[in-house]
Amino acid sequence: MDSPLVIDVEGISKRFGGRTVVDNIPMQVRRGEIYGFLGPNGSGKTTFLRMLCGLLIPDGGSGRCLGLDIRTEAAKIKKQVGYMTQRFSFYEDLTLEENLDFIARIYGVSRRKEAVEKSLERLGMTARRRQMAGSLSGGWKQRLALSACLIHEPQLLLLDEPTAGVDPKARREFWEQIHQLAASGLTALVTTHYMDEAERCHRLAYIAYGRLLARGTVGEVVAAGGLSTWQVAGPDLPALAEHLRALPAVEQVVAFGATLHVSGRDAARLRSSLMPVMTPGHRWEEIEPGLEDVFISLMDAAKDNFV
Amino acid sequence: MVSKEFIQMRRDRVTFAMMIGIPMIQLILFGFAINSDPKHLPTAVYSADNSVFSRTLVWALRNSSYFDIVREPRNEGEIQRMLAQGSVQFAVHIPVDFSRKLLRGEQPELLLEADATDPSAVGFAISAINSLTQSVLNRDLTGPLNRLRPSPAPFRLVTHPHYNPENITQYNIVPGLMGVMLTMTMVMITALAITRERERGTMENLLSTPVHPGEVILGKIVPYIAVGYVQVFLILLASKYLFHVPIVGSVPLLLSLVLLFITANLAVGIMFSTVAKNQLQAVQMAFFFFLPSLLLSGYMFPFRGMPLWAQRIGEVLPLTHFLRVVRGILLKGNGLSEIARDLWPIALFALGMVALGIKRYRQTLD
Repeated sequence: MDSPLVIDVEGISKRFGGRTVVDNIPMQVRRGEIYGFLGPNGSGKTTFLRMLCGLLIPDGGSGRCLGLDIRTEAAKIKKQVGYMTQRFSFYEDLTLEENLDFIARIYGVSRRKEAVEKSLERLGMTARRRQMAGSLSGGWKQRLALSACLIHEPQLLLLDEPTAGVDPKARREFWEQIHQLAASGLTALVTTHYMDEAERCHRLAYIAYGRLLARGTVGEVVAAGGLSTWQVAGPDLPALAEHLRALPAVEQVVAFGATLHVSGRDAARLRSSLMPVMTPGHRWEEIEPGLEDVFISLMDAAKDNFV
Repeated sequence: MVSKEFIQMRRDRVTFAMMIGIPMIQLILFGFAINSDPKHLPTAVYSADNSVFSRTLVWALRNSSYFDIVREPRNEGEIQRMLAQGSVQFAVHIPVDFSRKLLRGEQPELLLEADATDPSAVGFAISAINSLTQSVLNRDLTGPLNRLRPSPAPFRLVTHPHYNPENITQYNIVPGLMGVMLTMTMVMITALAITRERERGTMENLLSTPVHPGEVILGKIVPYIAVGYVQVFLILLASKYLFHVPIVGSVPLLLSLVLLFITANLAVGIMFSTVAKNQLQAVQMAFFFFLPSLLLSGYMFPFRGMPLWAQRIGEVLPLTHFLRVVRGILLKGNGLSEIARDLWPIALFALGMVALGIKRYRQTLD
């Protein structure tokens, strides 16, 4: 854990109009780390990423990205960062190869032809090089975007929901690749909505309403949530859920497939509330809360505090 | 469906403004600015004969409301220069022995030289002066001079319509079309250029790379300069072989000056594209610029027929000056010295637009 900090920022804020979209967020990411950045839609993840790579100027806060000041050295930061936008942002009327070549030229990559060739190969796209980018499927578009981000051999990858709309196989391959890159010293900051992806990250941060609610490893985040959770299986769950929600100390009842997760932060009171309803018709079991349980609880708590 | 359209229309303020604005502009331009019977045309009078008759003539010209006598050149060379520059539309030349011949009943010639590149600008004025010749001197031809009274007229009017002696409208329109087409296509294409990047989301990607704003703008301009030149060549070829427009001046000179005009229009387009939120708005803005360019530049209607305020607006537009340059070179055979005074306004306009465009261009998404 003593590799140097690639991202080291404090108190980053951004306001649009009168609304604070990112509120006083710190972030420290070490070299070679895969850092997950989670939060509900509109929580400020994209805005934060844009501030890191100089696309937006923060209203408050300061810090360094790759050892460079994010306020004054944005131009230098851009050269060493690969930013993958949420929306496909390459030219649909250019071929794969032309797109890669264009990006390589913009970054002034030395030995451009070679670099383009290498990235086509690495992503297994050599056969599709002359295909128009617009006619690619979602998975291939994502591969193209990633390889374009990597063509100038950046030190830091900022990936904004890179796997949205991508099938599970392509997602798995994508994460394999991110892990390989991280092993070779690349740092990645990834936003996602998928809990399984969050669990693939070395560390995470969870934000809602522009505020940082939790950060650390998966274990640390779960522990910090201070949640106890019961899983219940059996017949007629929707009716049971209605009933459970009305009980004291029950903070959330969430359907997980054929089971319900019942959670609350006060373990003792939760247990005493649930005891009377633990009928033999249902199977009750105390479980380790998942990330999702913790995040939902954090979000609800945040709503109470800030909204 | 209808109410949804109205809601969307209300949200898109620019489109809404354009929908109201464009008809209003058309109304004002067509209603007030355009006059196909231009009066008060700048005229130079070179009078070699200082007599009561020549003074009456000058006075009558003034009174006709078609001629504004603005210059009194000292020699023939100066007249030619004024006509070439377009600083006067007409030059009246009263010969040295005008009154002597008149008194002898020899019907002296009165020479009217006209810059007839635009036939419609001079037509009415020429017929006005023609009717003048019959009666203008009646007041002075009294007493013993009564016998000189018309039938036939006491002097003959000789008209020299310069540059386009046969009054062929195409000679004026076709070279002008070069400017009109460049204005239309160049502004439109570049107005779309940056807007399209923004609309397709590729702008976000571009901005995250180290590319410099100047590189983006230059990269957007250079290809279209080439496109502009292709258009110029096509029109020049058509002028020569299809419409047989006499090409009097230097084509290389024209080709080098076209660059300035193309750049000015591309700069307008770039400026629009930094303002427009989507491609539709960009197209509307291009149209918004094109309309007054077409109507107030002197392309469709004689520039001097317009009221002063419309001429002032017209003077700002690069097309106005480019029309003078292109007609000057092709039809009048003008060189750099005669057209210089129309070059700097184009350059100034281009510079202003580039400055605005760079100022408006955002390197961030803020």
